[in-house]
Amino acid sequence: MTILAFVFAGILAASLPLLLAALGEMVVEKTGLLNLGIEGMMALGAAVGFVAVYLTGSHVLGLAGGALAAALLSLAFAGMVLGARANQVAAGLAVGVLGLGLSALFGASYESFTVSGLPKLAVPALSDLPVLGGLFRQDVLVWAAIPGVVVLWWVLERTKAGLVIRAVGENADAARAIGYDVVLIRAGAVAFGGAMAGLGGAYASTVLTPLWAEGMIAGRGWIALALVVFGTWRTGRVTLGALLFGTLVLGGLAAQAAGARVPSQLLASLPYLVTIVMLCILSAGRRRA
Amino acid sequence: MPAPLLSLHGVTKRYGPVLANDAVDLDVAAGSIHAVLGENGAGKSTLMKLIAGVERPDAGRIEWDGAPVAPSSPAQAQRMGVGIVFQHFALFETLSVVQNVALVIPGRQADLARRIRDTGDRFGLPVNPDAMVHRLSVGERQRVEIIRCLMLDPRLLILDEPTSVLPPQAIPPLFDTLRGMRDRGMALLFISHKLGEIRDLCDTATILRGGRVVDRVDPRDRTPTELAQAMIGRDMPPRVRAVPRMPGTVRLSLEGVTWDNPDPFGTSLSDVSLGVRSGEVVGIAGISGNGQAEMAAILSGEVTLDRADAVTLMGRPAGRTGAADRRRAGLAFVPEDRLGRGAVPDMSLSDNTLLTAHGHGLTWRGFLRHARERAMTSAIIANNDVRTPSAATEAGALSGGNLQKFVMGREIALAPDVLVVAQPTWGVDVAAAAAIRARLIALRDAGCAVLVISEEIEELFEICDRMHVLHHGRLSPSLTTADVTPTDVGRHMIGAA
Repeated sequence: MTILAFVFAGILAASLPLLLAALGEMVVEKTGLLNLGIEGMMALGAAVGFVAVYLTGSHVLGLAGGALAAALLSLAFAGMVLGARANQVAAGLAVGVLGLGLSALFGASYESFTVSGLPKLAVPALSDLPVLGGLFRQDVLVWAAIPGVVVLWWVLERTKAGLVIRAVGENADAARAIGYDVVLIRAGAVAFGGAMAGLGGAYASTVLTPLWAEGMIAGRGWIALALVVFGTWRTGRVTLGALLFGTLVLGGLAAQAAGARVPSQLLASLPYLVTIVMLCILSAGRRRA
Repeated sequence: MPAPLLSLHGVTKRYGPVLANDAVDLDVAAGSIHAVLGENGAGKSTLMKLIAGVERPDAGRIEWDGAPVAPSSPAQAQRMGVGIVFQHFALFETLSVVQNVALVIPGRQADLARRIRDTGDRFGLPVNPDAMVHRLSVGERQRVEIIRCLMLDPRLLILDEPTSVLPPQAIPPLFDTLRGMRDRGMALLFISHKLGEIRDLCDTATILRGGRVVDRVDPRDRTPTELAQAMIGRDMPPRVRAVPRMPGTVRLSLEGVTWDNPDPFGTSLSDVSLGVRSGEVVGIAGISGNGQAEMAAILSGEVTLDRADAVTLMGRPAGRTGAADRRRAGLAFVPEDRLGRGAVPDMSLSDNTLLTAHGHGLTWRGFLRHARERAMTSAIIANNDVRTPSAATEAGALSGGNLQKFVMGREIALAPDVLVVAQPTWGVDVAAAAAIRARLIALRDAGCAVLVISEEIEELFEICDRMHVLHHGRLSPSLTTADVTPTDVGRHMIGAA
């Protein structure tokens, strides 16, 4: 397999955890909140998902369990911020650290265990193409994510639910005055964001690299947070950003495998450098407008 | 008399130490226009919030159609049939007009846009459904909010200071609209402190003072003076008339300013020239949305021009000078937006003082001098009768009129050489408005050049030496106040002169 074929085959799966977490956080931020606990929610989803798949052999249970666990954790954040009016930066960080701790606790006796991933479903004919073929052999979650992103875009941009979310984010007082239950809407968005982060984490630990190791989320939650800004709160751009990141991560790995004479740390830091550069370019463009 | 649609019995609401509503009784009948009259801080807005379900009373009961209700959310009050036009509009700036309506009214956006135009035509409230709200003037925003309420077909419509932003010729049509609603059996609660309007429109008035009901009258039987006395509990302050005096040198001028608005929904200015001299008050009349916001931005320096000599401030070209440098050169500016532009809602009044007064001895080598900041704020509060628990209160917690008094007082306290004011008495009650106008004239007499942009034509006639009218981004010739009538100015306002 050539390096290029390797990259094409892996881009979508490598991007998926980032994509799920970033889109969830995007919805949270559109309602005017900021949940900094994504890293912990992903880790909790990853641990719970892995344990569930290991014990039951069912990926459905694993992914659902991971999403549910992270959603419950995110509701702790919602309770602090919306109920007790705690500072959301502190609450988000606290919930994030709690999630990391819980993930270590649940995963403690499963360290380095493995489970089987999900089978790849191939598109006939297209998957036999040279180089690009791998792009058309993906697991069911990747295939499901494609219409999922379109549906999310449609809901946010074209439906009343999307309008309400934007309205709450822009002016919560006015939304309350015209009769919306702002707390309920925000709590719903936070739970959705938590579930998406947990799903991303569970996907990472049971499908992408079906092996449990503490700390396996390795900063992906923080990247997802950056992606939301990078994508300027737009579904399409966040998706492109997640794909770009997936490509950079895989490209770095491929370059190392091919024996490139570049320090591996530099290759590993490439995605973050690109983020910084892209953020600068994007905000400069906005100033001109 | 038929049973009232809405009745309040002994309704009480306390905010910390402040008793905002003290055992208020109020009956509103269907098919009537009921005025709630009171000064700033008399508890009018609190009362409305209780009826609209935004707040819940601490004591007392509310009845709707004879049955006790406890609206615990705006949605519940809305379902009951209460519509409310807020003084600080409940609109979303990043959304379009039709999207703002769609948040409240079900339906497809294309249909809603058509219904917005229809409702606008029927009630004389023209708006462009596709315009973005942040580009609309205050007057246009109010139209959007009224239309949105009307589309809900409410049984009780509450209007909080609805005429405060309307041009004079828009008020009779609005009143016709309101009377039409009344004749169809709707109940209207009209909150205002404009006595003439209340006598013109309302059939009942409940007068509040200090959170208590002090009187219930038929306003058509009372003189404005009687109403004012009941409202403020003492005699009205005397009206000041601007005594003409000799103006000095030109301190602020625009020379042939033509400005293409990059915003497709905004107004462009064409060939605007004017001069304001030391010791005179010049007024800019006109219906909102005709270029007032743009002109204010160009005068204040929020928008800079390519040509430096297009704006002259204190004899120096200032067209390319930013807002901070213009303030340093002696300009003070009171924007139309009190919350957000004129004051930062989340900051204390003291810190809001600092925002424009930091060059006036409130800092020392980069450090804040809190004692001076507090002293200056306390002086502003005392001199302008700002009703606030303390100088540490957040600006956003003040009622609209009180915040206006504070912002005006702050800029006047800077003793500027040039003062540009947009809507100086917006939402301010009669007594406070008279005080603000008197201070503007005192400032003029001290040699300041004052430019007042206002939609209240009577106000302009009261304080201005000269005025111009802005219509579609063009400025009328200078009109000397003593030589023209409001009708003449009105003709310029609709482009018929």
